[in-house]
Amino acid sequence: MDGVHDLGGVNGFGAVELESNEPVFHEDWEPIGYALIFVGAADLNAFTIDELRHAIERMEPRHYLTSTYYERIVTGVAALFVEKGYVTHEELERRAGGRFPLARPVTPGEPAREPSISFAPGETVQVRKDHFRGHSRMPKYVRGKRGVVLHQAPRFPYASAAGHGIEAKHEPTYHVKFDAKDLWSDAAENSTVVVDLWESYLEKV
Amino acid sequence: MAPIARRAHALKEALDRKKLIPEGFIENFTKLMEVDWDPANGARVVARAWVDPAFRTLLIKDGTRACEQFGYTGPQGEYIVALENTPTLQNVIVCTLCSCTAWPVLGLPPDWYKSFEYRSRVVRESRSVLREMGLDLPESVEIKVWDTTAETRYMVLPFRPAGTEGWSEEKLASIVTKDVLIGVARPLANA
Ligand SMILES: [Fe+3]
Repeated sequence: MDGVHDLGGVNGFGAVELESNEPVFHEDWEPIGYALIFVGAADLNAFTIDELRHAIERMEPRHYLTSTYYERIVTGVAALFVEKGYVTHEELERRAGGRFPLARPVTPGEPAREPSISFAPGETVQVRKDHFRGHSRMPKYVRGKRGVVLHQAPRFPYASAAGHGIEAKHEPTYHVKFDAKDLWSDAAENSTVVVDLWESYLEKV
Repeated sequence: MAPIARRAHALKEALDRKKLIPEGFIENFTKLMEVDWDPANGARVVARAWVDPAFRTLLIKDGTRACEQFGYTGPQGEYIVALENTPTLQNVIVCTLCSCTAWPVLGLPPDWYKSFEYRSRVVRESRSVLREMGLDLPESVEIKVWDTTAETRYMVLPFRPAGTEGWSEEKLASIVTKDVLIGVARPLANA
């Protein structure tokens, strides 16, 4: 999904602000969102963490860009509990005493590519050039770019399927190294970016 | 829009009313997040790697198993990879798409890690971002930025600084901060 959450390389933001001796949580309500992710994903098996990430990606862009991190978590979790039928949007808004924006509609997921195509460390690969409206853990800054495989990681459920709650093939992911200057002509000197990409996101060169 | 605190509580109450939240779940999970998931864990792993060559080899080869030896396991720690720094290579971790972090060894990520500033800039202008954050690296040092886009969860194995010879593991661990484990700082012997 080419959403506003896909921020790698986006220009315009300023200095990273640091807070000394930062507490784990700044507000009492913040832990609730995270805890409820696991109520939903682990205890109830109502949704996957991939679906949670995608629910946040599906927030209305202006809401995404103007909410704090834990607010996005609460929004994504709430959206999923409503979409999966555990609670109604009406009840949430009634209890909250006001509007409780959730997420925009989910689109169909994409099954992993068949048959499987393997890659080896040292191999040059190309990231897929096509576009996908659903959950994708391929940041747009590597779309169509070439990199070198450093390492093959274990098999994990294919994110572009898992993000939609459909059957997700377990396939390997690869640590693929890109020269930063191949991604952006004005990138920092002598820098590389390693992206952890599912097999289905990669093609032979 | 209702204030976020009210929305968070509304969600919790709605689920609670349907008995969907196991007794004590939120309290126990909060304790896990606030107490158990601590960068001091990652610091201990690093200190052990600095003093014990066999452990260092294990950490590089199988980070998950190395962390498991300390009991550092759990959500977001299913596949841990340690990134070895050298004097000419600085590894830096980010999640440009959200906030993914190796919780059991790094703890929850700081706000700055989750900021749009860090997520957008560190992949593209890493040297500037690090300099702004207090780590000024010459161009002769390669900066390798690892975007946590799948299930691998990273921790940096920093280069052991000079001036720490003979230090106990505990003292070594004390100079490995969360920022050092993420890669935006280096451990300082004279901290
Ligand atoms: Fe993330």
